[in-house]
Amino acid sequence: MIGVVDYGLGNIPAFLRAFNQLNIPVRRVTQPEDFKHVSRMLLPGVGAFDWAMLKLNASGLRDELELQVKDLGKPVLGVCVGLQIFFESSSEGSQQGLGWLKGSVEAIKVSKGRVRLPHMGWNDVNGRGEGVLLQNIASPSFYFLHSYRVVLQDIQLAKGVAHYGTEITAVVESFNIMGTQFHPEKSYKAGLALLKNFSEVTPSA
Amino acid sequence: MLRSRLIPTLLVDQGAVVKTVQFGSPTYVGDPINAVRVFNDKEVDELVVADIGATSRRSAPNFDLIERLANECYMPLCYVGGVRDEFDVERLVSLGIEKVGLSSSFVQDPCVLSKAAQRVGSQSVAAVLDVKRNSSTQAFEVRTHRGQEPSLYSLRELSTAVEQFGGGELLVNSIDREGTGTGYDLELIDHILELVQIPVTLIGGAGSLEHVFDLFHGRTPIGAGVGSLFTFKGKFRAVLLSYPNMVERLELFERLK
Repeated sequence: MIGVVDYGLGNIPAFLRAFNQLNIPVRRVTQPEDFKHVSRMLLPGVGAFDWAMLKLNASGLRDELELQVKDLGKPVLGVCVGLQIFFESSSEGSQQGLGWLKGSVEAIKVSKGRVRLPHMGWNDVNGRGEGVLLQNIASPSFYFLHSYRVVLQDIQLAKGVAHYGTEITAVVESFNIMGTQFHPEKSYKAGLALLKNFSEVTPSA
Repeated sequence: MLRSRLIPTLLVDQGAVVKTVQFGSPTYVGDPINAVRVFNDKEVDELVVADIGATSRRSAPNFDLIERLANECYMPLCYVGGVRDEFDVERLVSLGIEKVGLSSSFVQDPCVLSKAAQRVGSQSVAAVLDVKRNSSTQAFEVRTHRGQEPSLYSLRELSTAVEQFGGGELLVNSIDREGTGTGYDLELIDHILELVQIPVTLIGGAGSLEHVFDLFHGRTPIGAGVGSLFTFKGKFRAVLLSYPNMVERLELFERLK
């Protein structure tokens, strides 16, 4: 059972629909007790870093989520700002993030030439290393909608990258903590395939 | 490599999909939920749904209809029409709308963009400007409330304000070209592209995929909003929702390289 964490942000209906299409059991997580029924979690996210952290902190779900992820080691997939809040902070705001991933979240800046921001639209993602989320995806093209990008301290954790004026870390995998900068719930077959891969992932210890 | 976006644009009025020509002569097209399902199957890049009734009647968004559309929609969805303030924006995003477009409320008070962006992020806050060329001078003018009211501000002032106030995208409706199938107003898009560094989407005038190619060719990735071309077929304008298939799209993007 996958739990889509409803902390007040993100396209929950789209994720529920996606997992239903895949015939993968899914439910919303709205109370801390709900976590015990799920074996892995999805943390959606749309919007600004600070707003996301404020919402998560106010939801009453944060502590249990941390326990589930850090102590129980259940896989979690963060999407877009859901991934960004796994970091310690973002230059977008002043709130403290969850601090589960080391690195930074910064505005997309390009050294040469110019790109329009936010990064908006369909872009190709190239797999790196031995990731699981992008396995067996024929045309890994996904929908992006963001102005900030994650910069990992340990670049080995980047299992998928896109290019937009600069390198955009698109897929992160760190044991049971995973994330995508793009929106799999709005990326048709490639997105569904990624969500299916997430539902089957067995994180290495 | 980020691709330009090919975006069916649906106009709705009182719960039905309609089509207009130069912002007038509305004709009934069909049911919006059905339209969304058709475009799901065709795997379109994005969808714009604009409630022109809400805009002209200055009424609030129809949240029930929008929720039903969002629930059906597999693709990134931009909603426009009657959006009053940052609370409407937040509510719409929570219903599953990826981007919310503000038009009249932005022209009235550009701060609404930054207030909305604080909550949902600027990537989800778009401004929509309806542009008409002055019939004698051909200069660009902005009109609000579905073309009914002239704006005191210039296209330049309003475009730069979108970016300054934290809007993440600028959608431009070319009133003169809408429903005519005579091609996009390329002078208009080039004018706008020089004014802002945010993504831009131009809507109005596409009569063929070649017009889309002309719009995309030689420009940074942009959005092409398409109405009639994807809604009607043939000289009698029978309703037929269409969209180029994967092969046609690949060919288009190959030509752009």
